[in-house]
Amino acid sequence: MKSLDAKAIIARRVALELRDGDVVNLGIGLPTMVAGYLPQEVHVVFHSENGFVGLGPADGTINPNLVNAGGQPAGAIPGAAMFDSAMSFALIRGGHVDVTVLGGLQVDSDGNLSNWMVPGKMVPGMGGAMDLVVGAKKVIIAMEHCAKDGSAKILNKCTLPLTGKAVVTMIVTELAVFKISKDGLILEEIAEGVCIEALRSITEAGFNVSPTIQTMQGF
Amino acid sequence: MSKLICIEQVAEFLYDGMVAMFGGFLGVGTPEEIIQVMIDNSVSNITLIANDTSFVDKGVGKLIANRQVTKAIVSHIGTNPSTGKQMIANEIEVELVPQGTLIERIRCGGSGLGGFLTPTGIGTMVEKGKQKLVVDEKEYLLETPLRANIAFIKAKAADRAGNLIYDKTARNFNPLIAMAADMVIAEVDEIVEIGAIDPDQVITPGILVDKIICKRGC
Repeated sequence: MKSLDAKAIIARRVALELRDGDVVNLGIGLPTMVAGYLPQEVHVVFHSENGFVGLGPADGTINPNLVNAGGQPAGAIPGAAMFDSAMSFALIRGGHVDVTVLGGLQVDSDGNLSNWMVPGKMVPGMGGAMDLVVGAKKVIIAMEHCAKDGSAKILNKCTLPLTGKAVVTMIVTELAVFKISKDGLILEEIAEGVCIEALRSITEAGFNVSPTIQTMQGF
Repeated sequence: MSKLICIEQVAEFLYDGMVAMFGGFLGVGTPEEIIQVMIDNSVSNITLIANDTSFVDKGVGKLIANRQVTKAIVSHIGTNPSTGKQMIANEIEVELVPQGTLIERIRCGGSGLGGFLTPTGIGTMVEKGKQKLVVDEKEYLLETPLRANIAFIKAKAADRAGNLIYDKTARNFNPLIAMAADMVIAEVDEIVEIGAIDPDQVITPGILVDKIICKRGC
């Protein structure tokens, strides 16, 4: 499966988790694609960590002072509100963000997340990620099932530096949807044409199969 | 006494080894003309407190690329390859702080608070060297205030009393650093007469601002 198709599948599936009226923060990279797959009737408010709610697509008018959290030109929808960084993170930490969608390097069966650093190779810094994972009511990790070298990303225990401990609610890959419970990972959905045994072979963490397991939605 | 100074006068307040807070998120909301004065005057050994180290050719990124910064207290360095290179070569010390913790440390530094408790970073390497407290069965890290010698702000407009308003996402750290430094200098796009800004619209009260510079051409 082409990586680009995988990203689209993941984004489309994640979009189904958003409810009308949710306040949502999308991390940079794959998560930003989720906005493009929102069903017509679902209106959410996007929070941008650099200081506003009401983030929308750039509409052609250039204001160099209006950017998203990746520093790219952005738009603000009617009804948007601007604020400073202390307010922005009070909203995040204070439980006022319903859903955050972030990328992942590794997730483990305890819901630990590593997505900010590979020691000796990639040290960009954590930015707002550590606050988002402790503050958002629901933390969805949107990531490809395996790394570029084919190794598993859903592990028994994260080996990379953690972004947060026991913070992940749900994992969506192009092959599966998992929920994290106090008893570990539960497989809720599996992509059409993929069997559970094959999934187990590329998922290091063990998982239980939900009694209501279904084919992955959103195809 | 007027708070208005011309851009060249900023040099009088600069010195090697200064601890400087800058507004800006990936360069948006950073006073670029003040940055240029710091470059022109070769201010060195700066401790920089800001959200990020921007890009090599924008905002505080230029100071990094010019090797004028020896310590950076920031939440993100990934967009400026020069920061990473200097860090690996031990030429710059980088203290990475979660963005929410960083801005709250600055707010505390400006608010007379001794510190605060946050759940951010529990279970991660951010815990290192810090006290962990349990309140109502939840774990928190004790984080301490941050202050600076000088804060450099970018604002949309100032009145002659120093009251400031901001433009969109250029606001970010600016209103907080205005509280947490011994000297506060604001670079603005427009100066208006006292009374022109409705008191309800003021974001940064002028009592916090020491000097105002209008950008070239205003």
